[in-house]
Amino acid sequence: MQLIQDGLIGAWNLLIQQDKLVFDAAFRSVWISIVAVCLAACVGIPFGWQLARKKLPFRRIFVMVFQTGMSIPTVLIGLVCFAMFSRKGPLGSLDLLYTPGAIVLGEFCLALPIIVSWVYRTLASQDPRIRETALTLGAGVFRRAILELREARVGIMLALLTAFSRCFTELGIAMMVGGNIKFRTRTLTTATALETTKGEFERGIAMSLIILAIALLVTLTIAALGPKEKGGETC
Amino acid sequence: MTLRLPKTFSVYQRVESMIHPNQHRTAFNILWLCLLVLTLVLTSPGCTPAPSDFVKKKQVLRLATTTSARDSGLLDVLLPEFERENDCRIDVIAVGTGAALQLGSSGDADAVLVHARHAEQRFMSAGYGSRREEFMKNEFVILGPADDPANVKGRSARQILSILSSKNQRFLSRGDESGTHQKERELWVGLNIEPAWENFMESGQGMGATLTMADEMRAYVLCDMGTYLNFRDRIELAPLNSPSAGLDNHYSCIVVNPDRHSHLTPNLANSFADYLISRSVQQKIGRYQLHGFSLFTPTRLAETP
Repeated sequence: MQLIQDGLIGAWNLLIQQDKLVFDAAFRSVWISIVAVCLAACVGIPFGWQLARKKLPFRRIFVMVFQTGMSIPTVLIGLVCFAMFSRKGPLGSLDLLYTPGAIVLGEFCLALPIIVSWVYRTLASQDPRIRETALTLGAGVFRRAILELREARVGIMLALLTAFSRCFTELGIAMMVGGNIKFRTRTLTTATALETTKGEFERGIAMSLIILAIALLVTLTIAALGPKEKGGETC
Repeated sequence: MTLRLPKTFSVYQRVESMIHPNQHRTAFNILWLCLLVLTLVLTSPGCTPAPSDFVKKKQVLRLATTTSARDSGLLDVLLPEFERENDCRIDVIAVGTGAALQLGSSGDADAVLVHARHAEQRFMSAGYGSRREEFMKNEFVILGPADDPANVKGRSARQILSILSSKNQRFLSRGDESGTHQKERELWVGLNIEPAWENFMESGQGMGATLTMADEMRAYVLCDMGTYLNFRDRIELAPLNSPSAGLDNHYSCIVVNPDRHSHLTPNLANSFADYLISRSVQQKIGRYQLHGFSLFTPTRLAETP
């Protein structure tokens, strides 16, 4: 109990003193996760729509692969990305290893299955009358997709939120391809792991509390920005 | 795989299934029951692994050690014999030196095995430990890319570090308060250099991970001999400093002060310290080899009878 109490006080002090390390890591964590989720959304939302609405070959296999992908351990993604970006790997010449860019790409792989699966599920369970009405009104593929996605916005918002929180709190990718380099690739989670190995448990707890606080802040922001009507009717 | 609601499930069927719970429901209930029983069986004490631990309650020594000592493989040679002789079990918690000392001071370990003299002396003077025995040493080594862009091969450690800082070379520091990191900081302080040049980086990870990173980044790095020997086939970094350059790495065992924590097992921890400095174990340490190189030099061989 003493440890948690000290952790709480420590977290407050770190915030008050505007600890350079904590703010640097927090800022990096946030922007990396946001970029990764945005990229994954650009690819994942159209692909999820295609899976739900088009007769793609191997559709069921795709769905299964992405659903399994939702529970990929982050260390596995980290390991595969490491093998790709390593100097001996196929993408070694890009010099991406141990840069924030590498973490973004790794977290993109983490977020993509979540977004695709959620978008697919949301659209698959959507009221078919929306699509039929749009068809009778003569909407083209593009207009129809926009309409259906707009109707499914609650589900998509949830998908993005889930993907963000998974990226924001993951440790394996950031540690393996980021390398936890001070002021370059150190994120909140790798900093927490470091404080723990250093034996500074109070600082570790303080950092985790800051992670939780930021996650809560993001959730609240999205909830405030989200649709005001009763949720769930379209999703 | 789709989660689409079954369209054939009409209102009539739904109501009917509520009034007459059908086979589906029964099958479902049986499934749940089976799962429940399975969970209960699996979590019952008799089913957990190593039932012998429950039959006979052995004394346990919690040893917090540095990762370098564990990774060297030496503990696997030394500990089983002690366990047999004293009929006890040693739980090894491998963490960095900083964390190991922290575990000692909070009473979460009975003994610690670390390599950072200054931190150990602070630990002892704060009264956290009741006994400290240095029992072996090895060396640190400065590694760098094989083509040696800074051209430092064969110089002393101090020269190498000052050249690296003045030439703005890539240097990867542990930055995790481990014994190796504390040694490195000692060297910087001795040289009166503030390690903050542009290409000076801190990995904040263990020695193995840091070596892999340094290899990928073609950076210079300070490493303990044991980890280097473990990694030498996998990395392209080469040792650069001349030998006898004042890079000694002393390992010691500290018995955590039992006056502060009533639940500790000081007798066992004390006999473990005795064991480490005993003649036979000291000889064993001297004979221990990793990949054909002897790794540690026992430091108490001369004084033991």
